[in-house]
Amino acid sequence: MTDRRWASPLPEQAPGLSSSFSEYLGAHAPELLPGRRALPGADGSSAGSSAAGLAPHATTIVALTHDGGVVMAGDRRATAGAMIASRDIEKVFPADAWSCVGIAGSAGLAVELVRLFQVELEHYEKIEGALLSLDGKANRLATMVRGNLGLAMQGLAVVPLFAGYDLARPGPRAGRIFSYDVTGGRYEEHEHHAVGSGSLFARGALKKLWRPGLDAGAAVRVAVEALYDAADDDSATGGPDVVRRIWPVVAVIGADGYTRVPDAELGDVARAVIADRTAEQEGRSR
Amino acid sequence: MSMPFYVSPEQLIRDKADYARKGISRGRSVVVAEYAGGIAFVAENPSRALHKVSEIYDRIGFAAVGKYNEFENLRVAGVRYADLRGYSYDRTDVTARGLANAYAQSLGAVFTSEPKPLEVEVVVAQVGPEPGTDQLYRLTYDGSVAEEHGVVIIGGQTEAVAGPLREGWRADLDLPGVLALALAALSPDPAGGPARTLTADALEVAVLERHRPRRTFRRLEGAVLQSALDGGAAAAEPVAAPAEEATGHSGLPSDRVD
Repeated sequence: MTDRRWASPLPEQAPGLSSSFSEYLGAHAPELLPGRRALPGADGSSAGSSAAGLAPHATTIVALTHDGGVVMAGDRRATAGAMIASRDIEKVFPADAWSCVGIAGSAGLAVELVRLFQVELEHYEKIEGALLSLDGKANRLATMVRGNLGLAMQGLAVVPLFAGYDLARPGPRAGRIFSYDVTGGRYEEHEHHAVGSGSLFARGALKKLWRPGLDAGAAVRVAVEALYDAADDDSATGGPDVVRRIWPVVAVIGADGYTRVPDAELGDVARAVIADRTAEQEGRSR
Repeated sequence: MSMPFYVSPEQLIRDKADYARKGISRGRSVVVAEYAGGIAFVAENPSRALHKVSEIYDRIGFAAVGKYNEFENLRVAGVRYADLRGYSYDRTDVTARGLANAYAQSLGAVFTSEPKPLEVEVVVAQVGPEPGTDQLYRLTYDGSVAEEHGVVIIGGQTEAVAGPLREGWRADLDLPGVLALALAALSPDPAGGPARTLTADALEVAVLERHRPRRTFRRLEGAVLQSALDGGAAAAEPVAAPAEEATGHSGLPSDRVD
């Protein structure tokens, strides 16, 4: 094959090219890759300086396993400094039919990362005719997070939380959770985990509420409670908004794949949480 | 020093075309047909691993006959083209017309400038929101593009069956109906023997389902394919009611995956 042969809008047929979309993007349209852009006038030495306050920041994500898979939930608030940038942002996305990714950190970069990750998985699936293993997906995401390290050092960190159903080991241990650090470190979490500014409080709640053998419905309730506790103590995390009917985004992944819990159902769960907590306050005063 | 033989351009092109046509006609045929619920791809292909029919993008499918390595290259290039376009613009900006154009450029460039033309024939199909809005493009080894309507057959000895196939096609066919029509066109023996009975094992069948959200491509295999071939209603039914549009913050990816 000569070069002339593919003098067309179609991409080149480099024989050694992998099934990875991001590698392909890096070779053919590197300007579209997230993390390839350094901020002007800033280098690693001014680490953590200024950029963080400029862009909306996404906050708390929780994930927990249940007997048929895994549940992930995110609150709906994005902040820019002390201001609420969005009260209905969505931070939990399907990565493919059997996994999902939640994002905390700089919202714009994180959403771009998720888009690329979604295409990456679909691209592999189409080219290879097979799904990536869950570990394979988690490793791809780690590579992408690592690619963002330069911007993370300038205050624009992206920290995803990844969860999925492992088709290679169906049963009660099929739901798996992976967390990341800004350097691309990938850590498998067991039972439950939370990331973002409210994660400290959410983790406390998860520790008390999570039990082995939860079913999907109970796990959704635990996730909503954990987010409620995070919102209680973290100003950057939004609680359920009963006035505007804005509920957390909750994804359930089981043997039949990704489903997003419908708003009507979430409204009932959130109202039940609020009702229970209101009842606890009965007769107290301060 | 010897002079190279002079070969007239007409002769050169004719030889290349004959060569490509011969290669393509040795293979088995593929039928691509619109039906009420989408677009069906039916290929005679006993292999489970080497596909003649594949997914390119949300609403675009690909079918090819000829040399496997050559059309596989085209398929991968098409997936890359579509994913790159969808990533840099939007998923709705990836169209079969654009892809067919790109393929035409490639095939044409190879045909004129390479000693050996690609021995492939390709169909690019895009399922529309309503019956009658589907697009079928048929591309041949020399880069010519033809827009087809209703049904198209490529590869093999298609002259004898193309006529009855076109006459038998109606826009309101359901999935079992369209499969039966395709099978009738595929069953004559290319070697000239008596017509064969093609079973589910020897077929590669896939559909682009009109009312599926996002990725519409689905392979029909095993029991599902058998029930569709038998005229069963289960496989013919649309998967679900059209899902509502993804809601949420604009600029974020759609979260509907099924």
